[in-house]
Amino acid sequence: MKIAVCIKRVADSETRVKVAGDGKSLDDAGVKFILNPYDEFAVEEALQRKEKAGAGEVVVLALGGATAQETIRTALAMGADRGILLQTDAVPADGFVTAQAIATELKAGGPWDLVLFGKMAIDDYNSQVGPMVAELLDLPCVTSVSHLTIENGIATADREIEGAVEVVQCPVPAVITTDKGINEPRYPALKGIMAAKKKPLEVKPVSLSGGAIEVLEMQPPPARKEGKIVGEGAAAVPELVKLLREEAKVL
Amino acid sequence: MAPKYHGVDFYALDTLLSEEERAVRDTVRTWVDEQLIPVIGDAYIEGKFPKQLIPGMAELGLFGANLPEEYGCAGLNNVAYGLIMQELERGDSGVRSFASVQGALVMYPIYAFGSDEQKKKWLPEMASGKVIGCFGLTEPDYGSNPAGMITTAKETKDGWVLNGAKMWITNGSTAQVAVVWAKIGAQNDANSIRGFLVPTSTKGFSAKDQKGKLSLRASDTSELVLQDVHIPKDAILPKSGGLKSPLMCLTQARYGISWGALGAAMACYDEAVSYSKNRIMFGRPIGGFQLQQARLAEMLTEITKAQLLVLQLGRLKDQGTMTPQQVSLAKRNNVDMATDVARETRRLLGANGILAEYQAMRHLANLESVYTYEGTHDVHTLVLGQEITGISAFE
Repeated sequence: MKIAVCIKRVADSETRVKVAGDGKSLDDAGVKFILNPYDEFAVEEALQRKEKAGAGEVVVLALGGATAQETIRTALAMGADRGILLQTDAVPADGFVTAQAIATELKAGGPWDLVLFGKMAIDDYNSQVGPMVAELLDLPCVTSVSHLTIENGIATADREIEGAVEVVQCPVPAVITTDKGINEPRYPALKGIMAAKKKPLEVKPVSLSGGAIEVLEMQPPPARKEGKIVGEGAAAVPELVKLLREEAKVL
Repeated sequence: MAPKYHGVDFYALDTLLSEEERAVRDTVRTWVDEQLIPVIGDAYIEGKFPKQLIPGMAELGLFGANLPEEYGCAGLNNVAYGLIMQELERGDSGVRSFASVQGALVMYPIYAFGSDEQKKKWLPEMASGKVIGCFGLTEPDYGSNPAGMITTAKETKDGWVLNGAKMWITNGSTAQVAVVWAKIGAQNDANSIRGFLVPTSTKGFSAKDQKGKLSLRASDTSELVLQDVHIPKDAILPKSGGLKSPLMCLTQARYGISWGALGAAMACYDEAVSYSKNRIMFGRPIGGFQLQQARLAEMLTEITKAQLLVLQLGRLKDQGTMTPQQVSLAKRNNVDMATDVARETRRLLGANGILAEYQAMRHLANLESVYTYEGTHDVHTLVLGQEITGISAFE
């Protein structure tokens, strides 16, 4: 069971980010970076499958700056066996450029029994790289998977869709992107954190070019208007209903 | 999901931590947010230690985390260990006390004074949380003056017989093994104090929970009675000798407490800041009033100073040059500071501050115990006084 997990270093969703001086990127200063939460599901899924199989290798792959090594080590601390960083100055805006670099690396390091991604990165919400890599590797792809079983070379995956669950099948190897619900990611144990230092982490500089997408501008969302407290307890309800109807016009 | 805690770091002290130290802190921080904080309010009111957390704590590797890997421990440095204590006590002093006792007061003496057999037998079991330990030094009539203890261990043909009583014993009724300190010689001979590993199932050993606590309610505190407790010859910790041995354990635990109290202060400060921004009075957030700003400024200042204090203390401990007196200064300062921060937060929260839904009053009540245990504030004052003047105030 040889599994590749592709991960991304992202700003913590609860960190307050600021737009940098250039007006089209984020200012990293004082921002806490984490392993993309959807990628945590992917790492956990890979670890559980390897543990169940009793043997195998979980390889974590990231594309990004040198600091992404720390994010890879988080996955190593959870239990992954080794890491590869495709080191670039910046993560390209065009997911296809990233997908090409990752696919090239996966082709060279394969074959894989399974390639896992989080369903999307919480910084750009693109959900592109996983399916694009599948296409480039000529593998089937199932996205946003909340439950996965693999038997006799066939993957059966649940996808949460509007008001229902869609169940799909495809042969493996395949690219699967993971959603919440597929598992409960483990905490990296302290021994794991210490062991992660000693696990192999290969840094491969890559130079990326091309890409059809350019970020023109980033703007913070408009400041939220201050709320209004109309009173307390049951006595305030009529006034609240009136304001919701007449002022907010939501009723 | 529980709200995430983001720490207090006004002086960019994170840049003084290694990647592993931050990773350890962040793991425990997330665990505390997700597993401990949601259950602690109810556990406190019910007066019960949240036992269901033990397997999770063990799995993370929180017990004896600064002891070597060969005994199943995480082998962390002392700064990482301190950060664990900080995060645990950000949750609750009782839970941090549990981990302190297990690691610093039971696993540490087995590691430092035990035989190879004892280490191999007990440490992995304790690291994995399968065996819980307690530490019996304090007696009903001998608190700040442990040298006067009256618990005795008499040697017999085939072992030892212990008699005496121990008081204020954290984990006493939960533990499977107790490290009991007793005199093997004359009543006035503090040099004859030795440590013994006593399985709590041994005949003559009993533990009774102390009732009516208004502090550390989410922690078991017991009285131990040892009545003709027969234990084998190899139950003695062979390298223990004199009062110095238990005091060495207390230095380990107090080191962790210096960090832990800081965590409680950080939790209260966080609550105070958030409340001051959201609570509207006289048409504006109370954080806009000078009196509350003064409170918050004072808290941030004291927390930042305390952070620098324990970080340097940890570096000294890792270098092997830390002195017990330096630990006294940190324990004394940080617990006192945290108690002040908790009290001021309680007051800033007004009437809400007395509710278990908020943290401040629970931390405040807990910290009154922490102020008193592991060397009272006053005793640490005298330790420092002796260090400064060379004259002991209590001998």
